Amino acid sequence: MKIGTIANLLSADILCGKEDVNCDVHSACASDMMSDVLAFVKDQAVLLTGLVNPQVIRTAVMMDMRCVVFVRRKVPTDDMIALAEESGIVLMKSDLRMFEACGILYSEGLCGSKEGTANA
Amino acid sequence: MLEDVVRFTFNVDGEDFSSAGAASVQVKKHLRQMGFSPEIIRRVAIAMYEGEINMVIHADGGVATVEVTDDSIVMILEDKGPGIPDVALAMQEGFSTAKENIRSLGFGAGMGLPNMKKYSDSMKIETEVGKGTTIIMTVNV
Repeated sequence: MKIGTIANLLSADILCGKEDVNCDVHSACASDMMSDVLAFVKDQAVLLTGLVNPQVIRTAVMMDMRCVVFVRRKVPTDDMIALAEESGIVLMKSDLRMFEACGILYSEGLCGSKEGTANA
Repeated sequence: MLEDVVRFTFNVDGEDFSSAGAASVQVKKHLRQMGFSPEIIRRVAIAMYEGEINMVIHADGGVATVEVTDDSIVMILEDKGPGIPDVALAMQEGFSTAKENIRSLGFGAGMGLPNMKKYSDSMKIETEVGKGTTIIMTVNV
């Protein structure tokens, strides 16, 4: 699924990395616990979270994730946006709750992982 | 081919949670420049990142050393924190002594040590209550 499609489906505002909207992601992971996210390895994933601190971006960097979606109207700080830009990660924010955002992406064909434990 | 051991050393600041992980980011960049595969780099980065977070959460920081050879990448994480009283218990998924403020930051789910073991080929824990902990993780190349 294209990152731009995710933004459209979730009515999300892209905060950085607009040039990468045509990149594909093949799986998604949703959690507010970064250690759970770190237990999940999959290429080209998108992370959905309601947690706002720089460790969210660092976790995405470690996992080689392409995109982070902040749900529940959470807004990342300028420092986080700068860190994401430096790391080539697309950030977006959506008013949707986690459950709704996951449901929409799942029903449109984006899957979780068969391995790991963090597919909340 | 590496002619010798390439060594990177980092001081992990225990005072600043927001900067935790900076050493792991640097290691990731170094390994990428050295031409290691994305899979190896990711395993090292995640194992070291979890270790770095643990040092900040539990031990007021410490020193992280990474030794790179043609055969392996070895991460040595040393702290002078409180030590781990029961290593077997600490290794259980879901067990954590982290306080609520750490959980609100997204850590303390009791996955740190299990993840470190999962992503390394071997992990050795040397710990003494009241003196500190040294964790040595090896990823074979």
